[in-house]
Amino acid sequence: MARSLVLTGGPKKAAKTAASAGKAARFYPADDVAVPKKSRQSKNATKTRASITAGSVVILLAGRFRGKRAVVLKVLESGLLLVSGPFKVNGVPLKRVNQTYVIATSTKVDVSKVSVPANVNDDYFKNTSKTNGKNEEEFFNTDRKAAVVSDQRKKDQKAVDTALLSAIKSTPMLKEYLSARFTLTKNDKPHEMIF
Amino acid sequence: MVFSRYVEVGRVVLVNFGPDSGKLATIVDIVDQNKCLVDGPTTGVARQIIPYKRVALTDIKVEVGRGAKAAALKKAWAAAGAQDKWDSSSWAKKLNAKKTRKGLSDFQRFKVMVARKQKSQAVRKEMKKLKA
Repeated sequence: MARSLVLTGGPKKAAKTAASAGKAARFYPADDVAVPKKSRQSKNATKTRASITAGSVVILLAGRFRGKRAVVLKVLESGLLLVSGPFKVNGVPLKRVNQTYVIATSTKVDVSKVSVPANVNDDYFKNTSKTNGKNEEEFFNTDRKAAVVSDQRKKDQKAVDTALLSAIKSTPMLKEYLSARFTLTKNDKPHEMIF
Repeated sequence: MVFSRYVEVGRVVLVNFGPDSGKLATIVDIVDQNKCLVDGPTTGVARQIIPYKRVALTDIKVEVGRGAKAAALKKAWAAAGAQDKWDSSSWAKKLNAKKTRKGLSDFQRFKVMVARKQKSQAVRKEMKKLKA
């Protein structure tokens, strides 16, 4: 009696071969294969704090710009805030920040005349450098090139900041305020302060 | 040292503890060496017995009899001009300034900081001139 199927591999392969031949498998694994549980959670859209609107002055709390004050231009699709120092005032460029890492102040700048270029979105800020340090040679290669700010970024920064600066200048002391770092001094109680 | 503020009927006190903290009241009666009866019909302090530890004596006094009712106290309070006296005292002014400072926003605090710097700079300049 000739066999219709020649089994050469393990039970998994046998099942596959049988399935492709349109027959039920003659062998199947004794143990059930663990299937990872499918998450039923869906990613909700980020809820921006009520105290943060376009034009709000925020105090950055993390990263190399910590302590600096910046103006919120808009909320990006990812829920991150698009802020600008403006760059000329305090060195904070157009950048994204998570609202968790800012203190929202009650100070508002009129940003109705500031138009953010359409190309400035979440993709704009994605890290494009390929090096991820997995390659040993790359990892130990210490003489990396210094980051260069592209002309496109400079152009976009200028486009946003010119309108923003003129809005800032209309309020006395606001420019000086934005250029100053936020610090706590003696007897300052941040939990009792009003921002 | 001579005392000038006494615990007595008619003495205006500042409550500095509890829900009435920061309000003025008048001593209407003495209960014992630890507590007294105060009333503040114009300042929103209900008639109550309060320990001396929770009040601070002020320089202001109103003319009322012992155990005076709210209506009599109101009249005496107005006649003595207690509220105006309090508002013009440096104590009240300091308390007010403290309250104002506490309610300032971050930007306003920055402006105060700059103004203070300017002031001390001006003072230093004048002092230098006087010393020279």
